[in-house]
Amino acid sequence: MKTASAILPYFVFQNKPVREYFPALHQQVYGQSLVYFDNAATTQKPQSVIDAIATYYATINSNVHRGVHYLSQQATEAGEETRKRVAAFIHARHAHEIIFTRGTTESINLVAYSYSKLALKAGDNIVISAMEHHSNIVPWQIACEDHGAELRVIPMDENGELLLHTLDNLLDARTRLVAITWISNALGTVNPIQAIIQKAHALGIPVLIDAAQAAPHIPIDVQAIDCDFLAFSGHKMFGPTGIGILYGKEEWLDRMPPYQGGGEMIKSVSFEKTTYNDLPFKFEAGTPHIEGIICLKAAIDFLEALPLTEAHIYEQQLLQYATEQLQQIPDLRIIGQAKKKSGVISFIIEDTHPYDVGVLLDKMGIAVRTGHHCTQPIMDFFGIPGTVRVSLAVYNTVAEIDRLVQSLDRVVSMLK
Amino acid sequence: MTINEIQDELIEEFNLLTDWVDKYEYLIQLGKDLPPIDPQYKTDEYLIKGCQSKVWLHAELKDDGKVYFTADSDAIISKGLVSLVIRILSGHTPEEIAQAELYSIDRIGLKEHLSPTRSNGLVSMIKQMKLYAVAFQSTLKNA
Repeated sequence: MKTASAILPYFVFQNKPVREYFPALHQQVYGQSLVYFDNAATTQKPQSVIDAIATYYATINSNVHRGVHYLSQQATEAGEETRKRVAAFIHARHAHEIIFTRGTTESINLVAYSYSKLALKAGDNIVISAMEHHSNIVPWQIACEDHGAELRVIPMDENGELLLHTLDNLLDARTRLVAITWISNALGTVNPIQAIIQKAHALGIPVLIDAAQAAPHIPIDVQAIDCDFLAFSGHKMFGPTGIGILYGKEEWLDRMPPYQGGGEMIKSVSFEKTTYNDLPFKFEAGTPHIEGIICLKAAIDFLEALPLTEAHIYEQQLLQYATEQLQQIPDLRIIGQAKKKSGVISFIIEDTHPYDVGVLLDKMGIAVRTGHHCTQPIMDFFGIPGTVRVSLAVYNTVAEIDRLVQSLDRVVSMLK
Repeated sequence: MTINEIQDELIEEFNLLTDWVDKYEYLIQLGKDLPPIDPQYKTDEYLIKGCQSKVWLHAELKDDGKVYFTADSDAIISKGLVSLVIRILSGHTPEEIAQAELYSIDRIGLKEHLSPTRSNGLVSMIKQMKLYAVAFQSTLKNA
């Protein structure tokens, strides 16, 4: 059993606790110091990202790509520099395989629209899993409805692990895509995406990975895992909100029709015929979220400067410690007990409503999420109205987990 | 006691509780003390819209000409809130309930602590109780 003393009191980064870099963590709510355990919803931002936003507007603010003037060239260069950094961050072959979007949701919608238009026909099918976020369910439902295709679901067991043997029946000659989450936002399960990708590829089926929860926790190498598409968000990895990434293999992106029409995505326009721009601009209609793109670089700088292996070990220790401590609470049941988990603990306390628990924890200065976490099918599977979700980041500490457990003891004594 | 006498009594009780925790503990206790609702009324028909948790409310006009409410919720804080309002309004005439001004809610220091969805739930509960009262008023007039 991992004891508190075996874990560092906090993660140290460049000679000071990593949490010192995040100003929002250092505030009082309801007269108590904030404990922020809602990182799967969004992470706090390091000072360097906050500064980058102010610097952008104080210096090179201008519209990209179109201008001949100095500022526009500076902003364009900075934006394209981020694209290269993102490509390097996930080990993409080419920078033009990186498409900037509004977030994971838009990245998935882009593929659901454009890839389906290219490849999905009546009688085909798309395969997702039982633990997808609504944003990796609904776009495929819409696409399947539009094209007369069938949506198939890989089931899971009571531990929150996918039943992979069912893939042999689910995948067939009419399967056009597998879309699956790397890490479940509601259960914390780390899915064996490598095995799934290999199985799909053996049948010539491309795979989309929802990496929204993975990006802040797991090193990503899209060439090593060989996924065809990968979607993630800046704001869940210490970056600004409103900026997301879609990685797609060039061979797919080249063949896919545009998602939206407008400026920037065209080569030439006449009323008779428009020819589209090259990658990545074909998929980036209109003025992009310039500030978000440029400041995403600061988040990647921060993440890449972190000693990732050590940070990952620390996070796993926190997760294990939190799991063990929470299990000491009578009648607390952890929802999702997969062997491989990351960052998330979902639980219910028998005879209490998750919302009551969340409201009282909030009053004690502890930010958690309660409800269905945009995964209603998971809640239906477990037959519960929702869960209390604690989601961790590298800046959380053992002391915070201890405070959570003490507070939960008090919550339980209040509610029961 | 009149509705306002009950409200003043509640304000006095809550004023003794300075800490929010004490207030919530008291609210939860009120929820626990709420008499159970007849299971036949725990159906979708009796669910109050606008609450994030489930709240069932039933009203009955008895021979004494007064309205008696029963309720339940799957969340204890919501149950405490509905219990609070039942204590204020239950056992009064339809006219008294319809005309009641619930000034106590603001003054017991709970509304400001309740999240908007919870608060809306409370508003929905009161609205539903008044709707029942208005309906019973016309029943009495037509009788």
